[in-house]
Amino acid sequence: MAGRIPLVLLACGSFNPITYQHMRLFELARDHMHQTGQYQVIGGIVSPVSDRYGKQGLALAKHRLAMARMALQNSDWVIVDDWESQQPDWTETLVTMRYHYSRIAEKYQRRISDTPLEQKPASCVPQLKLLCGADFMDTFKVPGLWREDHIEEVVGRFGLVCVSRGSLEPDRAIHESDTLCRHQQNIFLVREWIHNEISATEIRRALRRGLSVKYLLPDSVIQYIKEHNLYTHDSELMNKDSKLRPLTKQTVED
Amino acid sequence: MALLEKTKVVLLACGSFNPITNMHLRMFELARDHLEDTGQYRVVRGIISPVGDAYKKKGLIEAYHRVEMARLATESSDWIRVDNWESQQNEWLETAKVIRHHHAELLTADKNNDDVDSVKFAKRRRLEETECSYENTCCSHTRTDTAQLKLLCGADVLESFGVPNLWKQEDIEEIVGRHGLVCITRCGTDVDKFIHQSDQLWKHRKNIHVVKEWVTNDISATHIRRALRRGQSIRYLLPDTVVNYIQEHCLYNIESEQRNADVVLAPLQRYSSGTGE
Repeated sequence: MAGRIPLVLLACGSFNPITYQHMRLFELARDHMHQTGQYQVIGGIVSPVSDRYGKQGLALAKHRLAMARMALQNSDWVIVDDWESQQPDWTETLVTMRYHYSRIAEKYQRRISDTPLEQKPASCVPQLKLLCGADFMDTFKVPGLWREDHIEEVVGRFGLVCVSRGSLEPDRAIHESDTLCRHQQNIFLVREWIHNEISATEIRRALRRGLSVKYLLPDSVIQYIKEHNLYTHDSELMNKDSKLRPLTKQTVED
Repeated sequence: MALLEKTKVVLLACGSFNPITNMHLRMFELARDHLEDTGQYRVVRGIISPVGDAYKKKGLIEAYHRVEMARLATESSDWIRVDNWESQQNEWLETAKVIRHHHAELLTADKNNDDVDSVKFAKRRRLEETECSYENTCCSHTRTDTAQLKLLCGADVLESFGVPNLWKQEDIEEIVGRHGLVCITRCGTDVDKFIHQSDQLWKHRKNIHVVKEWVTNDISATHIRRALRRGQSIRYLLPDTVVNYIQEHCLYNIESEQRNADVVLAPLQRYSSGTGE
């Protein structure tokens, strides 16, 4: 894979709880990006959102982190990072991306300066792209959820890898947004042929109803949920009447 | 003592399992939840019975490997196990015969007043053990509780009942009438309509449990083999232990997919060469 652009994939979200579907997104995206012939995926980062996000039924970040770490302990390329979840307030996705990019760039610089001049690799500076599911593109349209300049930088400067379930919805989302359309070459659409819609919402619903969730997420995570009695009727009522933090935070700042 | 009045059920899934995927395993979980939710049944065991090599399906790899993968996949389950009886027969066997075999096994075990679970199979829940010993000691004089055997399948199997020469009519009658079906369907597929349109299935509709799968989880083994041939990741679609086994034994490739390429499926050979019903 010489001469390819090193790439790190970052997935932001609730991971409430992490499911096989989340883990599949990384596998699908990596295969797809390798097939372009231009990229070499060198890492994946799962970044659970902070408790301040204010989403209904959001379990504590420490639990969501612990579950994600367990789920990915056998992966040799995807890691869980707690920076975003440890911030005192909810962090814009762009801010999280900038943070991770600065770390990646730093590491790269260090490696370059440590290498003697004559052995300097011809490899390019690593890139960071946001990995997302099909429904993510629709969030760009939700009023008050995204700042226009943030969309511009997320898509224009970094780029998106979007896994869709064989529908044309992501295409439509690009078509309907001038910003997305302008940066189309920076948006990689991955078709998922195997329908595998294991949403965390369905998992929580099944758990509340006492139904089995085995084989939808790793056994270790199911065990953890049971031990900590995580998803119940009560936990689903958490943040019930509060507004999503992005909606209030950005309004105040504007 | 409502628990004791419940009918015990053993779920049997027949198929290629080439390879077994998380979807196959989910079917068992969904079926058990559904049956137990009716309040009438207690699902005591699930049996996975991979088909024999004589089935001659295109791309079917050796039963030895398919059984081994299913065994690895069910290691973490306390109620599902793999049975290799069907896969070891020299000839392809009708599903009705496989059911007959397992039904006979249940009856034998019962006649010997021998708890099949605790004697033969180590994988059991402690809770169940307590329940069973309670039944054995207190209720053996009224023991009529041989488990029912039900065939667990996807909507495609039910619909295959309509394919000419694939099934013998009397076999369908025996499977559905005498034992029963638990059929897992995706939202959108209309199994009820299919049952309605078949007089035979309609007659036994009370023996057919239709379970709706709300979380679409369409991991077909065909998809898995295709991804493997193309060098794509199959991780998280089947248990890691099975993924590793496939890699270690280089199981699915372009050559293995050509196996039985020009051979007629065993059931079709058998029934179409006969009197032509």
